Amino acid sequence: MRNYQLQDLHDWAERASAMAQEFGLDCFPQEFEICDHEQMLGYMSYSGMPSHYPHWSYGKQFEKQKTMYDYGVSGLPYEMVINSNPCLAYLMRDNSLLLQVLTIAHVYGHNDFFKNNFTFAHTQPEYVLPSFKMHADRIRGYVEDPGIGIERVEAMIDAAHALSLQCRRNMQIKRSSPDQVREQIIRNYEREAGDNYDEDELRRRLRHNPPAPEENLLEFIRDNNPELAEWQRDIISIVVAQTRYFIPQMETKIMNEGWASYWHHTIMSSLDLPQDMHMEFLVRHAQVLRPHPGGLNPYHLGYKVLNAIRIWYDGAIDEKTLRPDEHSLFVKMREDFERRDAIPFDTRDVSGTQKLFQVREADRDKSFLRQYLTPAIMEDLNLFEFEHRRNHRGQRVGMVTNTSNTEGWRHVKESLLANIGTESLPVIKIEDAGFDGVGTLLLRHYSDGRELEASYAQYTLKYVKQLWHRAVRLEAIIAGKETAFTVDMEGKLDTKQRKAA
Amino acid sequence: MIEFVIREWQPSEAQRSDRSAGDRARHRQKVREAIRENIADIIAEESIIGRNNDKIIKVPIRGIKEYRFVYGDNNNPQVGEGNGDEQTGQVLGQGDDQQQGEGQAGDQKGVDYYETDVSLEELIDIMFEDLELPFQERKKLRNIETDSNRKKIGYRKKGVRSNLSHYRTALERVRRMQGVKRRLALLEQQIEEVEQLLESTRDVKSDVRINYSKELAFLRDKHAETQALLNSNADDSDAATGTVAAPRFPFRESDLRYHHHRNKLRPESNAVVMCIMDTSGSMDTLKKYLARSFFFLLFSFVRTKYDKVEVVFVAHSTEAQEVTEEEFFTKGQSGGTYISSGYNKALEIMQERYHPSLWNVYAFHCSDGDNFPNDNQKTAEAALELCEHCNLFGYGEIKPNGKRSYENSMLSFFEKNIDADNFRSLLINGKEDIWNAFRDFLSAERGAS
Repeated sequence: MRNYQLQDLHDWAERASAMAQEFGLDCFPQEFEICDHEQMLGYMSYSGMPSHYPHWSYGKQFEKQKTMYDYGVSGLPYEMVINSNPCLAYLMRDNSLLLQVLTIAHVYGHNDFFKNNFTFAHTQPEYVLPSFKMHADRIRGYVEDPGIGIERVEAMIDAAHALSLQCRRNMQIKRSSPDQVREQIIRNYEREAGDNYDEDELRRRLRHNPPAPEENLLEFIRDNNPELAEWQRDIISIVVAQTRYFIPQMETKIMNEGWASYWHHTIMSSLDLPQDMHMEFLVRHAQVLRPHPGGLNPYHLGYKVLNAIRIWYDGAIDEKTLRPDEHSLFVKMREDFERRDAIPFDTRDVSGTQKLFQVREADRDKSFLRQYLTPAIMEDLNLFEFEHRRNHRGQRVGMVTNTSNTEGWRHVKESLLANIGTESLPVIKIEDAGFDGVGTLLLRHYSDGRELEASYAQYTLKYVKQLWHRAVRLEAIIAGKETAFTVDMEGKLDTKQRKAA
Repeated sequence: MIEFVIREWQPSEAQRSDRSAGDRARHRQKVREAIRENIADIIAEESIIGRNNDKIIKVPIRGIKEYRFVYGDNNNPQVGEGNGDEQTGQVLGQGDDQQQGEGQAGDQKGVDYYETDVSLEELIDIMFEDLELPFQERKKLRNIETDSNRKKIGYRKKGVRSNLSHYRTALERVRRMQGVKRRLALLEQQIEEVEQLLESTRDVKSDVRINYSKELAFLRDKHAETQALLNSNADDSDAATGTVAAPRFPFRESDLRYHHHRNKLRPESNAVVMCIMDTSGSMDTLKKYLARSFFFLLFSFVRTKYDKVEVVFVAHSTEAQEVTEEEFFTKGQSGGTYISSGYNKALEIMQERYHPSLWNVYAFHCSDGDNFPNDNQKTAEAALELCEHCNLFGYGEIKPNGKRSYENSMLSFFEKNIDADNFRSLLINGKEDIWNAFRDFLSAERGAS
C-alpha cells in the first residue's frame, strides 16, 4: 500500500516540474490521474484512451495482460502517457513515493517530446480525447442500429484493423496533388516513349487508377468501392484517423523513451533526494534501463545514444568537462571516425544539451539511429545480429550472424534500422484497381529482400477481398519465387508460384 | 513552472470502471466459436461417456488471431543486445530468441496457442449444436429425469427446508387462526354470561359480586390478549398520522410441516450400456468422433430413464477384451475380425455382472463392416442371443468416406439373419447421420415395448 500523503506527492511534483522548466523542457499543461492496477490494465488495453470504440480484440488484449500480470510474467508499466493537450498521464496508486516522482519526471520528458517533435505535428493533441470519444459514440451507434448490429460492425473493424498499418508512414512528406501526379505521368511517358509517342497510350496511362502505386490501402478502398455503405466508410475513416494518430509513436518509440529516461535521470539527480529515496532512485533507474538480452530495450538504446550525443558535443568543445567514463567513450567515437568511416557528427560548437533539443525536434527513430548510432555505441551496447534457423532437430533457434565489434557492424546497423517502428512492416501498394478488366484489385509487395509470411498474407488478403467486394490479387516473392495469391469473387483462395528466373 | 494537477484515485470510479467487460465477453464468444469448429477433434480425444457434467476439460485453441501483412523468417535478421561474448555463428540459447523486445501488437507473427477451460456440460452443448440435435430432444437428454425412488409417506414437524410442504404449513396456520377466532367467540360468550350474572345479583352479598367482577376482569384480559394475536402488527399503526396497519396473523415455528419420505427399493432401475467396437481397423478422428458421440447419446438417453447406469466397453478384433473408455478409443489392434468374439464377451460380462434378470441391458456395436466369412454363422447366433437378453441391441456401420461397393458390409447380413423387434442395424456416413441413426435405433425399443 502507499507510503505517502497526496500532499507529499504534490510537493515533489512541484519541485520536479520547476526543474523541468528550468532545464528548458517545453510542455503542455500536465494532468496526472492516480489509478489502481485494474484501471491501469484497462487503460493499457485501450492505448491509454479514456474512451475508445469497443472491439473484441481489446478484450483479448485485456485478458492476455491480466493473465500475464496475475502469473507474474510481466509487471505493469509505471506510467502511461497520452499525446494530448493537456497531456494526460496515469500514476499507479500502489507505487512508492519515489517511483511516482520518477514517473512524473519521466512523463515531462514525453510531454515535451509530444509537443515538439516534428512527427507529431499533425496529431492535433487538443482534440484527441473528444475525437476518440466521438469515434466510440459513432461505432456504438452502429452496433445499436438494428439495421447493422454488432456482427457486421465487428467484421468491418476486423478487416480495417488488418489493413490499418498499410499506409503512409511519414506524414511529413507532402503528398503530390492530383495535378502534379498527372504532370509527372506525362513527363515520364514523354521521356520513355521518345519517338514512339502515342496519344492513346498516354490517355490509357492517365486513366489508370491509382495514378501511382498507392500505399494507403484503406483509404483507397473506401474512396473507390462504391458499394460500401456510409457506415462502413465511416468505420474505415475512424480506423484510419486513429492509426494516423498512433503512427508517430511507433516511429519515435526509441527516441521518445530515451528522451524521457534522459530527463527523468537529469531531473531526479537535481532534486536533492534524501538518502533512502536516492538509493531507490538508482535501483529503479537501473531497472528501467537494463538491457534485454536477445531483445532490445528502447529505453536503454535511446538513452545511450542521446547520452553519447551529449558527450560527443560537450567533448568537442572541451574534453576536460567529461567524466572519465564519458571520456573513454568520446575517445572511442573519435577513433571510429578516423578508422572505421563512421558518420561524423558535425559539431559546430553547439553544446551537448542544445544538440539534444535539436535532435528531439527534427528526427525520428530511423534518421536518429542512422546518424548517431556509431560503432562505438553499438559495441558499448553489445548489439548483434541474428537470424532464425532450424537446427538439426528442427527447432527454431537464433544464430548470430554479425556482431558490432567486427566489420559486420554495418549489417547489424542495417538490420536494426529495418526492424524499428513501421520499418518492421512490409510495404504493400495498390497497383491497379481494374486489373483483368473486371475490377480485380492488384496489390504488390515492395520487398527489400525480406519475404512475407505466406499464411498471414493469405488470411489478410481475405480481408482485402471483404472490403473490396471483388476479386483481389497480391504479387510477392515467396521462398525466392514469384508468387501470386488470389481471392476470387466467391472468396476462394488460390496460390500460384512461378519458378525463379 | 509547468502547470499540473494530480487527480486522486476515486474508489467509486474504480468500481465502475470495468470498461473491457463487453469486449471480453465478445472475445470469449469468439473462443467458443473456435472450439465449436474443432469439436470433432476434442470429442474424439476426450473421455466423456459416463462422466460428471462438472468435469473441466482443458481445450487447446488457436488464439483468435488478428492477421496482418507481416514478414516471415526468411532473410529477416533481427538485432538484439548481448553481453559482448557473442560470436558469429554462435547458436543462441533456448529462450534468448523468445524475447522479441517491444514489438507492436500484431506486427510479429507468433504461435498463439492457449488453453481454455470448458466444462463437460458446455462441451456437450456445443456437440449437440454440432450434431444439430432438435432442441426439444437436447433438453430431454440434458435434464436427467430419473424416476425417483423416494416416496412421500406423510408429514412431520421437523425436517430440512427443502422438504417444507407449503400447502400443509399454510393449512396449519389457517387452522390455528380459526382456533383463535373460536376462542375469542367463546370468551365473548363467557364475558356476556358473567355480565348478566353481575347484573342479576345486584342485591346479593358483596363478596359474591366481588368474585364475579374478578372473573370478569380476568376474562376481559384474556380476550384482549387473544384479540392481540389476531392483530399482531398493531405496533405498526401510527396514531399521529392515522395510518392503520392491516391485521396480520404471522406463521409460527409450530405451523411448519415437512414432507416425510421413505426410500423405496427398485431393483429394475439399473441399466448397463454395452459399447462394443471393432478396433481392428484404424480409427481416425472422424470415426472416433462419430462412434464416441453415438455412444454418448446412447448413454445420455439411458440415463434419462434409469437411476443407475453403468457402462462397459468391449473392444474386439479376433479376440475381445473389456477396456477403459480411453483405451477403447485409442488402442488399435491389428489383425482380422471375429465379431462373434465381441458379442460373446458381452454375453459373458452380462452373465457375470449384469444379469438380465436384474439389469436392463442396452448394447450397441460399432464396426467398419469387416468380418471373416467363417465367423458369420457364430455372429448371427451370438447376436440372436444378445437380442434375447437385451432391451435393445444395435449394429452401426461407420463409413465416413461413404459406402463403397468394394468394401465389405455386414448390414445386409444382419438384416437377413436377425429377425428381432429390438434389433436395428444402421449406417452412419457422417455426423449428419448420427441423430437420425440414433432416433431410428430408439424406435426399435418403442416398437418392442
